[in-house]
Amino acid sequence: MKKAKEGWKELEDGGRIIVAGNSVLYKTGDWRTNRPVWDESKCTQCMICWLTCPDSSIPAKDKKRIETDFDHCKGCGICAEVCPVKCIKMKPETDFQ
Amino acid sequence: MNLKDLSIREDRLAPGHRLCPGCAASIIARIVMLATDKPIVATCATGCLEVSTTIYPYTAWKVPWMHNAFENSAATLSGIETAYQVMKKKGKIQKDIKFVAFGGDGGTYDIGLQSLSGTLERGHDIVYICYDNEAYMNTGVQRSSSTPYGTDTKTTPTGKASFGKDQFKKDLTAVVAGHHIPYVAQASPHNYNDLLRKAEKAFATKGPAFINVISPCVPGWGYPSEKTLTMAKLAVETCFWPLYHIEDDVWILDYDPKDKKLPITEWLKTQARFRHLFKPENADVIKRIQEHVDKDWDKLKKQCGVK
Repeated sequence: MKKAKEGWKELEDGGRIIVAGNSVLYKTGDWRTNRPVWDESKCTQCMICWLTCPDSSIPAKDKKRIETDFDHCKGCGICAEVCPVKCIKMKPETDFQ
Repeated sequence: MNLKDLSIREDRLAPGHRLCPGCAASIIARIVMLATDKPIVATCATGCLEVSTTIYPYTAWKVPWMHNAFENSAATLSGIETAYQVMKKKGKIQKDIKFVAFGGDGGTYDIGLQSLSGTLERGHDIVYICYDNEAYMNTGVQRSSSTPYGTDTKTTPTGKASFGKDQFKKDLTAVVAGHHIPYVAQASPHNYNDLLRKAEKAFATKGPAFINVISPCVPGWGYPSEKTLTMAKLAVETCFWPLYHIEDDVWILDYDPKDKKLPITEWLKTQARFRHLFKPENADVIKRIQEHVDKDWDKLKKQCGVK
């Protein structure tokens, strides 16, 4: 069943947002027209793509990058551009449907 | 600190904000906030970063964050910092907290200049970051005092009677340096190590610190979204945006392209906002821009004691 939208009674005083970083609930991944395809075998884990992703969509775990967060990646292509070993390629999103 | 060690730190800007694909503002905000492991309180001037990261009922900030008005992000932060100092004195807070304000060029060069100047003069222990995208991008590319000479914007349209903006860009970094605060720097997101180092230094500095960071804008400048960092790099390589810092009134040049200094056209030709300058009738405009860049570069080198 669809949950009813929150009414004004559920709002915080002054319209404050009390959950830090709750924008993760908003999926910006559907903006994407090109998808970054990451070849892990070629990756040297230099972490430049992790640092320069404008959408914080390349998660890091134990000092290594892991697969792109496709719920939020907007497909700008900066990761493919900065990759020193070119292990990220941009492919049209239509190839994946 | 290398990037691998840095990657265990918590990212303070969450995904899901609605900045354009390829926006440099969020890259800058992320890099700056990764430069310290201490708790941060942030404020934003009105602008792209503020509007797009906090569309109600969402926020992308994982730190206490406040927006007040367009003109007073620095004044708001100075109030928060003063409250913190008082509470620390009274023993209500023990933690070491850092304070950072983010403003675009509109909120820093133009509208927020008085509040920034006051905050710097009063000597609050804060860091101010200006992400300079060289126009009012949030409202649809109107000229600001940071917009370069000859730029096509909505309020300086080009045509038979006009070649774009008729004034040169304000040198805000030098204006801030005139306040003789402990740390002032100019940085670029393409040189992330330099930006990280400068942000680290700014947070460690007691008293006000200011960093001016160039922030290429995909729709406003007119280039493909993956080229954001390349645009910043070209601005540095052509010496349009030199990297330097001023510590206790001593000017230090951080990057000198020497013989590899590119002509300004290498940077201009990559962007739609300068497209009209390549028409034959505007050749003298490009000449004037090049002369201005060379003059500023020579002046800076002299100031930094570099030959």
